[in-house]
Amino acid sequence: MKTLADLKKIREKAQEEMKLRGSNVRIKIVVGMGTSGIAMGAREVMKTFLEEIANRNLTDVIVTQTGEKGLSSMEPVVDLIEEGKAKVTYGNMTPEKVKKVVVEHIVNGRVVSDYVVATGE
Amino acid sequence: MSLKRIDLLICCGSGCVSAGALKIKERFHEVLKEKGMENEINIIETGCMGPCDYGPVMVIYPEGIFYKTVTPEDVSEIVEEHFIKGRPVARLMLSDDERTFSVQKEVPFYQKQIKVALANCGYIDPESLDEYIATGGYEALGTALTEMTPQDVIDVMKAAGLRGRGGGGFPAHIKWQMVHNIQDNEKYIICNGDEGDPGAFMDRSLLEGDPHRILEGMMIAAYAIGASQGFFYIRAEYPLAITRIRDAIEQARGLGLMGKNIFGTDFNFEVEVRTGAGAFVCGEEMALIHSIEGERGNPTPKPPYPATQGLWGKPTVVNNVETLANIPTIMVKGAEWFNTMGTQTSKGTKVFAITGDIRNTGLVEVPMGITLRELIFDVGGGMVGEGKFKAVQLGGPSGGCLTVEHLDVPVDYESLKERGAMMGSGGLIVMNDEKCMVNVAKFFMEFCVEESCGKCSPCRIGLKQMYEILDRITKGQGKEGDIEELQRLGESVKMLSLCGLGQTAPNPVLSTIRYFRDEYESHIRDHSCSTKVCLDLMNFNIDKSRCIGCSLCARKCPTNCITGSREEKYVIHQLECIKCGNCYDVCPVNAIDKIPGMHPEMKEYRAKLQAQKDLDD
Amino acid sequence: MYKKICSKYEPTKDNLIHILHEIQDTHPQHYISDEAVEEVSKYLNLPTNHIYGVLTFYSMYSTTPRGKNIIRLCESPPCYIKGSENILRKLKVLLGVETGETSKDGLFTLELSACLGVCGNAPVMMINEDVYGDLTEEKVEEIIEKYRRAQ
Ligand SMILES: Cc1cc2nc3c(=O)[nH]c(=O)nc-3n(C[C@H](O)[C@H](O)[C@H](O)COP(=O)(O)O)c2cc1C
Ligand code: SF4
Ligand code: SF4
Ligand code: FES
Repeated sequence: MKTLADLKKIREKAQEEMKLRGSNVRIKIVVGMGTSGIAMGAREVMKTFLEEIANRNLTDVIVTQTGEKGLSSMEPVVDLIEEGKAKVTYGNMTPEKVKKVVVEHIVNGRVVSDYVVATGE
Repeated sequence: MSLKRIDLLICCGSGCVSAGALKIKERFHEVLKEKGMENEINIIETGCMGPCDYGPVMVIYPEGIFYKTVTPEDVSEIVEEHFIKGRPVARLMLSDDERTFSVQKEVPFYQKQIKVALANCGYIDPESLDEYIATGGYEALGTALTEMTPQDVIDVMKAAGLRGRGGGGFPAHIKWQMVHNIQDNEKYIICNGDEGDPGAFMDRSLLEGDPHRILEGMMIAAYAIGASQGFFYIRAEYPLAITRIRDAIEQARGLGLMGKNIFGTDFNFEVEVRTGAGAFVCGEEMALIHSIEGERGNPTPKPPYPATQGLWGKPTVVNNVETLANIPTIMVKGAEWFNTMGTQTSKGTKVFAITGDIRNTGLVEVPMGITLRELIFDVGGGMVGEGKFKAVQLGGPSGGCLTVEHLDVPVDYESLKERGAMMGSGGLIVMNDEKCMVNVAKFFMEFCVEESCGKCSPCRIGLKQMYEILDRITKGQGKEGDIEELQRLGESVKMLSLCGLGQTAPNPVLSTIRYFRDEYESHIRDHSCSTKVCLDLMNFNIDKSRCIGCSLCARKCPTNCITGSREEKYVIHQLECIKCGNCYDVCPVNAIDKIPGMHPEMKEYRAKLQAQKDLDD
Repeated sequence: MYKKICSKYEPTKDNLIHILHEIQDTHPQHYISDEAVEEVSKYLNLPTNHIYGVLTFYSMYSTTPRGKNIIRLCESPPCYIKGSENILRKLKVLLGVETGETSKDGLFTLELSACLGVCGNAPVMMINEDVYGDLTEEKVEEIIEKYRRAQ
């Protein structure tokens, strides 16, 4: 490493690895992981999100989890929270649906209304 | 790119490690492996997060949930509930009477704090150079080397007005300018990591928690003064800090941040780590220099100062760890920003180590000028247990005690000095009303007697005499005139000693006399220690009206000095009592009292002995 | 053995403290013998009385044999305030020694130390390089037991 530009490159890559701790997050995906969510396959849903996001190199998206939300009949339930926009809740998620949500909603910014079970707070 | 969704930051500062943090970490690895979740969770060891009293502590991102006093048994629950089901475990969160604080930044302990030196401590993995760089690390050095002259760097420091954090409060830029101005192709920069003040552990935490920051600060200083060789002098009691700094140096070398032509410039730098071997006086800069040279660590008279004749007779700057820790941030954010914090004469923030009878013991960083009240009651969470606030000792063995009446004093170099205390390295020992001030003063004096290097007689002999007088007073053999004698000795030791140790060692005694003279007087005149700490000046007594005659105390007494019967009740034969306190602890109906003052029987006996002795003489 | 340790360092005076540390740390009885001083004196070309002068100045060096594990209990005020005296009493009873002495089985030497810099978790002790904090009498018993079992 010989210049400030080299340092900057290392920094950007390293910041990527630390993004969970940073504030540089555009979209937060919250997977409902209560007992019923897990029973309905929430772990698979979460795994798929993590994989898809990694494959596409989406650096400003994080995946986290929450408990039971009381929507048992629609589990697995996932919230997409985007800076400055209403929260979107998707229900009855499967790995297949996750892939579509990643492409449509997260990458292209179009809500997949077929899967939406609630919006706003 | 990683698949991780949680950063689990486990504090692995010495405090938390001593409370079992490493076991917790292992347990997390085990449980996560069982659940097949290793790939989802980053386990990161960080440096000290501050609230050592609650160790082991951890913070879990992205939410920033803060857990305290975690045990290995709690780990499965955290994984099951929090990591899998997303339900943070409220039981492990910090709470006060009204609420539970889930997120780290809500915790009151952190609220009045501004972290500059400690910015990365507890936030990054200290063993990862990448994480340090991610927080902006080495940018200050790069900018200084490629875009600034050494004089520019010194000018920034001058505008910032950073004063040494090692105790003296001497402005950093003045020393730097002096050494910069001297033409010599051999100059040295030394980082003083000897931290010996009892009650201080900020330097350890910085070295352990953010070693690259100290290294970067040192290299900026080296560039400014024209040194190409540096030394870390770290006390041997800090093995982890030594390892972390050594590793950091190697990592920096791996990336070309150490060695020749750093950042493509003609700045070359090498650094070595030297360790102490258990001598407090080696924190004094001349003593430290002699110790690095392989000599006994004796201070030598100043002048000459290290700036003109330091290590191997060459111009040398010695800076404290925390001083260096401030430098990279000042260079990046500028002097003006630094000047927005602190007071007219004391700029910036200061790290304090809060210990003693206080709820949140640990490490905090606050702007200078904060009042003691805010520091102790807001940040520190107030007193722990029943006792009321009585005094706070600032500046360790060279500082002094302040009392309730000083709670609104701003904490800066000058205000403290005016009142007989000292900023020192930033140790803050809080004491409740169960502490005897004469005894505390004696303790600090004992420390200084043991640590005096013995080179000059006022310090070697004077301190010993002071200690002996204090010892007598706490044993009920004080005399009229002792207080005055202590003051006289104290003033002369201060005047005549060669180095800072002797020059400040009488402070704890002088300040306790100043603010707690009545306590000294009652020890001497009434043979009474109101806090019942000095065993010769208190007694145990069985209250017959409460005693049920169970004989438990008599059976537990190691000297068999309690006799009696169920009917007669029990009594203590005072002359044989060794004040072990067993009886007090075991009495099922709390019929035994601790009473301040020497028991009349004992007084009489001692007077008789004295009379006999006088006769013999 | 001492020669080998010496040879890891440049033969300059400023390496004296490093060499003495390593000699002491690697000796099973954690001390620096007269024989070691002789070797170091030859290697660094320093008079033995200079080396003894340094040895006696620093409290961490010992010129007499010690136990397998060195216990250093902090006796500074923050630990004292939190009850280090009770811990000391407990250690003395558990090991059957006074401060500065080595237990009969040669396993432990009990020493007092100035502040170990972990005061947030007072009272504190170090056994060799490991730090133990928030000590209680029960905890001390467990810790000592652990070292005994490790035998
Ligand atoms: C007895 C004694 C002990 C000292 N101990 C330390 C110490 O442990 N750490 C430290 O940084 N400075 C210590 N000092 C102060 C140093 O002599 C020196 O002033 C300081 O390292 C300069 O760094 P600074 O200007 O960055 O504070 C001590 C001074 C005396 C007299
Ligand atoms: S003041 Fe005390 S410690 Fe300092 S040089 Fe003199 S004897 Fe040594
Ligand atoms: S304090 Fe100890 S020695 Fe004194 S009477 Fe009670 S048990 Fe006996
Ligand atoms: S006072 Fe005991 S570790 Fe600091």
